[in-house]
Amino acid sequence: MRTAVSLKALPAIIVLAVLAYLPYVPIEVPGLLPGRVNGPGSLQLLATCLVIAGIALSYDVIFGRTGLLSFGHALFVAAGSYLLTISLSNWALPLPVAILVSLGVTTLLALVVGGIAFVVVTLLVRSRAGHAMAAVRENEARAAVLGFDTYRVKLLAIVVGAVLGGLGGIVHALVLGGSNPHVTTTEFTLALLIMVVLGGAGSMWGALLGGFLYHYADARLVELSGAGFLDALPDVVQQVLSEPLFILGLFFIIIVYFAPAGLTGLGGRLIRRGRAT
Amino acid sequence: MTDMTTALDRAAAPGGDGGSVLSVEDLHVRYGGSHVLQGVSFTVPASGVTALLGRNGVGKTTTLKAIIGLAPRTGRILLQDKEIQDEPTTRIIRGGIGYVPEDREVFGGLTVDENLRLVDPDRGVEAPIVGRLFPDLVARAKQRAGTLSGGQQQMVSLARVLLKDTSVLLIDEPTKGLAPKLVTEVADVLSEVARTTPILLVEQNLPLVRRIADTVVVLDAGQVVHCGGAAELVADPELTRELLGVSMRREGAA
Amino acid sequence: MTDFVLILVTGLGLGALYFLAASGLSIIYGLMGVLNFAHGAFMMAGSYAGFLTMGALPASLSVAARLAMAVLVALVVGAVIGFVVEVVLIRPLYRHHIQQVLVTVGLSLASVAAAQGIWGADPRTVEKPEWMASTTMLLGARLPNDRFLFIVVALAVFLGLQALLHYTRLGLIIRAGVENRTMVEALGINVHRTFTIVFALGGSAAALAGLLYSQYAGTVSPAQGGSLLIYAFIVVVIGGMGSLVGTAVAAVAVGLVQQLANFYAASGVGDLSVVLLLALVLLLRPTSMKGAHA
Repeated sequence: MRTAVSLKALPAIIVLAVLAYLPYVPIEVPGLLPGRVNGPGSLQLLATCLVIAGIALSYDVIFGRTGLLSFGHALFVAAGSYLLTISLSNWALPLPVAILVSLGVTTLLALVVGGIAFVVVTLLVRSRAGHAMAAVRENEARAAVLGFDTYRVKLLAIVVGAVLGGLGGIVHALVLGGSNPHVTTTEFTLALLIMVVLGGAGSMWGALLGGFLYHYADARLVELSGAGFLDALPDVVQQVLSEPLFILGLFFIIIVYFAPAGLTGLGGRLIRRGRAT
Repeated sequence: MTDMTTALDRAAAPGGDGGSVLSVEDLHVRYGGSHVLQGVSFTVPASGVTALLGRNGVGKTTTLKAIIGLAPRTGRILLQDKEIQDEPTTRIIRGGIGYVPEDREVFGGLTVDENLRLVDPDRGVEAPIVGRLFPDLVARAKQRAGTLSGGQQQMVSLARVLLKDTSVLLIDEPTKGLAPKLVTEVADVLSEVARTTPILLVEQNLPLVRRIADTVVVLDAGQVVHCGGAAELVADPELTRELLGVSMRREGAA
Repeated sequence: MTDFVLILVTGLGLGALYFLAASGLSIIYGLMGVLNFAHGAFMMAGSYAGFLTMGALPASLSVAARLAMAVLVALVVGAVIGFVVEVVLIRPLYRHHIQQVLVTVGLSLASVAAAQGIWGADPRTVEKPEWMASTTMLLGARLPNDRFLFIVVALAVFLGLQALLHYTRLGLIIRAGVENRTMVEALGINVHRTFTIVFALGGSAAALAGLLYSQYAGTVSPAQGGSLLIYAFIVVVIGGMGSLVGTAVAAVAVGLVQQLANFYAASGVGDLSVVLLLALVLLLRPTSMKGAHA
């Protein structure tokens, strides 16, 4: 029993160990990273990618695992981020207190919003869009029959996801050195949706992978367009392809079509096929 | 299991050519983990009323839906000797099947006339058959279907499928929830229609079955367990109880 | 009194834009069950199509004439884009509602990015006919003329769509399909053709909304569609999905509430009030998310 638990945790421990070691790695990885691995540019990029991955995971709790299609997750991330920066600068609170304040208010927000959202969502689940959701997630009636209090489970999911999102927002503000208004937008929430589906909804590594790749692509694809690959193509095509979100959007459409279970789902299928032969 | 050939011979009533209009072979339907239909096979004679019977929840409605492609299924389905199981629902219907669903499913926001014009754009409620069989509907042509009584909605649902030439009608519990007088009216309409068009009828009302059905197909545990003449089944109370249990309505007029 | 007239006209004007943006969305969701997130991209396409048309036409033509041409071009562009998106992206995913929604999200992301790449993220000024840019005095209030145009256009579209729904066979199928799409198929009617036409109509209406919105804002930018889309969704939910009259009433309500709040409280409170209105409607009338079909 104990060995099973530690075996499951092994991949996470390895990843954490590797990440912890990165600031001591002076190698250059041309193309993939700007400068040395332990240079400020690369570390900032990796740090941001990891934060976004974490925020994507917080969204997965609500959408991927519980099947609640949230379009307002940005609220919690923004709350965490802005409350932190405001606590630190406007109210001059020490860091630990600022963090506590942000988390506390975000949790409160989550409970209020979760309460309202639950009422709406129960009714939404019975609508046409909801029946589609039931096709992706566990049938709610079945869950209720099995004895789970669906109300509490949903509220818990919303609060957990929201608090994690708020925490992500706090770290995001710390890593970026300030609050970015982009995290308040619907586009940001939709980006989280894309990240989670890209990586594989309902899968922890999927959400993390999706979040990491999305932000990495967003940051690095711009470099690619300047590299001269595209010079032979007509101007319009160049302009369009130099937008990372265009490529991501297109890639996302392809994934939704051919691999709706996301990249991890695809990986799972390949592994299973490999084992079968 | 009663031998199906002899049942069909008996079912070749005067006026019928003895052939079948609809044939279902090895129909399987799986709904989210449960194997609802496990190899259902039967034929519907080309004339008269064939009643599809069975206890509650055994899969009668699912069978009708599966025939027209509204339920995910495998198996062969032949309409007048032509295979239709790979066709989309709309093509199957246009091939000559009329479907009257359980719960009527009229379009409440549309008027009676509009409901009918969906199928017959030129005539709607002015089609001769509506005047002949459903005079009440002609009077209510401009009334919103959602405000009609259950019985009237059932008439709309029946009229809808009679506006087009069909080879067979699939009708699901048309007398459900109706008062005895209305049950009789529906039975009258069905008898009249059955003179020209064969009907596969799902019903729980035993007296109705006794009155208008010629053959019966009984389902249990996802399979066909009995095929035969309707009269014989209804006359045998022991067989009736064994196959159908107490879920069949004995009262309720016909 | 002057304040009242001002709020009424500006609120109705805004409501008119919201109606144009929401009408296509409402019918598409009501009939097809598709939450079309690409609707914002359709609006953006309309605004840029108009912008480019006005720029391409000779300057000897008056701004108003070029705007009229731009409207026609936007309507056609919207219809074509709606048609192509439905046939290529939506139809293959029939009955897979979540994937359909996701595909529209991806499409909106890609198209906004593409527009940004080609025309830049910054707002570009659009030419506005002099008549529209000026004001009229009415009952002591100084009223921007463009609002009148928006109201007239929205009214025309509303009446046109109502006529389509109630006097044509296409409209009959749409109304029946919004109620019970499966039963329409069970009557042998091919809904797929109807879906494509509805998507094209929705695209057209969206493009018109986008173009007029750019006139209202005075600029065109890739992000405009997105901000208008949020209001469109709110209007659709408040008004009841699939109900054209509901959408119209909701659009007027949202426009008026927003203007009232912005005027009497502070700019920005308007947006909050709209959200509160939405929350109120959802709590009081929980079937809002169900659409016309119970």
